[in-house]
Amino acid sequence: MSTGLRYKSKLVNPEEKQDHEKQYVGFATLPNQVHRKSVKKGFDFTLMVAERISQTVEILKHTVDIEEKGVKLKLTIVDTPGFGDAVNNTECWKPITDYIDQQFEQYFRDESGLNRKNIQDNRVHCCLYFISPFGHGLRPVDVEFMKALHEKVNIVPLIAKADCLIPSEIRKLKERIREEIDKFGIKVYQFPDCDSDEDEEFKQQDRELKESAPFAVIGSNTVVEAKGQRVRGRLYPWGIVEVENQAHCDFVKLRNMLIRTHMHDLKDVTCDVHYENYRAQCIQQMTSKLTQDNRIESPIPILPLPTPDAETEKLIKMKDEELRRMQEMLQKMQQQMQDQ
Amino acid sequence: MEGQPVQPAPEETPRNTNPANVGLELFGYVGIEAVLDQMRIKTMKTGFEFNLMVVGQSGLGKSTMVNTLFKSKVSRKPTGPGYEEHIPKTVQLQSVTHIIEEKGVKMKLTVTDTPGFGDQINNENCWDPIIKYINEQYEKYLREEILISRKRKIPDTRVHSCVYFVPPTGHWLRPLDLEFMRRLSKIVNVVPVIAKADTLTLEERAEFKQRIQKDLKAHGISVYPQEDFDDNPDDRILNDKIRDKIPFAVVGADKEHQVNGKRVLGRKTKWGIIEVENPAHCEFPLLRDLLIRSHLQDLKDITHNVHYESYRVQRLNESNRLALSPVNGLLGKDEVESDL
Repeated sequence: MSTGLRYKSKLVNPEEKQDHEKQYVGFATLPNQVHRKSVKKGFDFTLMVAERISQTVEILKHTVDIEEKGVKLKLTIVDTPGFGDAVNNTECWKPITDYIDQQFEQYFRDESGLNRKNIQDNRVHCCLYFISPFGHGLRPVDVEFMKALHEKVNIVPLIAKADCLIPSEIRKLKERIREEIDKFGIKVYQFPDCDSDEDEEFKQQDRELKESAPFAVIGSNTVVEAKGQRVRGRLYPWGIVEVENQAHCDFVKLRNMLIRTHMHDLKDVTCDVHYENYRAQCIQQMTSKLTQDNRIESPIPILPLPTPDAETEKLIKMKDEELRRMQEMLQKMQQQMQDQ
Repeated sequence: MEGQPVQPAPEETPRNTNPANVGLELFGYVGIEAVLDQMRIKTMKTGFEFNLMVVGQSGLGKSTMVNTLFKSKVSRKPTGPGYEEHIPKTVQLQSVTHIIEEKGVKMKLTVTDTPGFGDQINNENCWDPIIKYINEQYEKYLREEILISRKRKIPDTRVHSCVYFVPPTGHWLRPLDLEFMRRLSKIVNVVPVIAKADTLTLEERAEFKQRIQKDLKAHGISVYPQEDFDDNPDDRILNDKIRDKIPFAVVGADKEHQVNGKRVLGRKTKWGIIEVENPAHCEFPLLRDLLIRSHLQDLKDITHNVHYESYRVQRLNESNRLALSPVNGLLGKDEVESDL
């Protein structure tokens, strides 16, 4: 079910300095978001898109290694063709929730294993959900899908093919969708509030970002000529839609959010919230199963690990000693403070 | 036969072996052509009926399209503030009738909308209420027709044309589209259109159309104008041209804008104004011409001579099989409970 295409592609051509800004994707700003992580190792980002097309839902994986200004990114895009287009779409999100759970399970195993140096993080960090611009808001299948997934992955709802809407329609649709998301209790990805010590410009950008959600996007794989410049866009008899023109659509906002400013937060929330939820549930299920039936083999070692070898035993003993000594010191200090 | 004095054009009087088929030569103006005027005057006095049904998922612009077609607020959509679009849980049929007058000619237009079609998660059999409605109108007409003392003019509520709105995915017909059109093209004139076509570039439109035409052919779906019902070679040529362009890529609009000093119906976006009646922009004029200006009578004729007739034959055969003769024009009581 997965086709892994791995190829190196350099995003920035140093000779084309004028078009630099246009081709600049922006994930080189990630180091500014990262406090501790080693940039040299590179890191992973997995993006999942859910749209609706043919009969049965497939899961297609594409992996790409991208490098920009020395920062390496392994980007995995998981496509889900077939979602929601059958006559009967009951539970059409099941293959998707299964896939997400599988990645969590894999990570859980790796994390609980002995060799944790090279864990590959295939967990889905973000799910772009494309809402049809032709409806009047969310459709039943949109609501059901998002509710099935909002506790497993960061959902970023988007309004697709936004070039079929005029500005007033976009506004109305966004309002409607926001209302319905509230009404149905769907927990979409929330942009974190920026720190109070950030500069005004950043705060303004942050506000605009939050007010534009859900982003109305347009995509294009073609480059057209507009006003003497070559831009990514769509050519219609009545005009040219420029994908990277903020007056035309929110694509730039989405790209900024996804890559330049919030990529790390998306990963953090995935690790700290969604994955932890999964892990806690998993462990609970397993302990309840084990208390029922001792013969079930637990895939993850939650009871005492199989006897460790002599080296590790020594290490464990040393650490235990250290811990005990520290505890004693702490107790002494507490005593001293109380006495004073 | 044209009442041209003295000289019959040779092509119009075919010399074949059967002398009875040869047209008579007229050597003076008789005035037969005046029957056209008589028909016109009569139609103007009595007016005529046209029943249109629109089917498609919510948000595809059905109501706007109907308003654009008839240049008036025909469709039942209230547009006050606080009005919320609500997707009903089951397919409902709502009919609205208006009398429209133009240059002394009165048309009784009935538009039947089908909210709820295709909007659920599970859309199995969502076409059943629609099929039921169409057959009910045939049944109504049939009962009037077989009365011993019939009305002079039987009220015609039969659906003359069913416009099916295909969402502009640009890919291919969905299973729902195929299921619906397959079943309905057998009992009513189905006119498929690509809704909200302003989201497709011209190339995408052409490709989409080709795929749709192929799909329809592959599934043996015969949409209007049906090849089998072309009366004569002239019709065939005309209809072939239309069949080449089906489904029409349409855009609907109910607002006017200023373009080059003229007021036009259109949609104003940040990259240009989409003029609904401009054939370079969309095919709305073709749809309007087909439904109203050129083929309206043909739609009614085919409904009466083909679809209604096959319904009638089917019903009468059923009643014969049950050995109940139509006494006093009313079918036996058991017929009332039949599978409609």
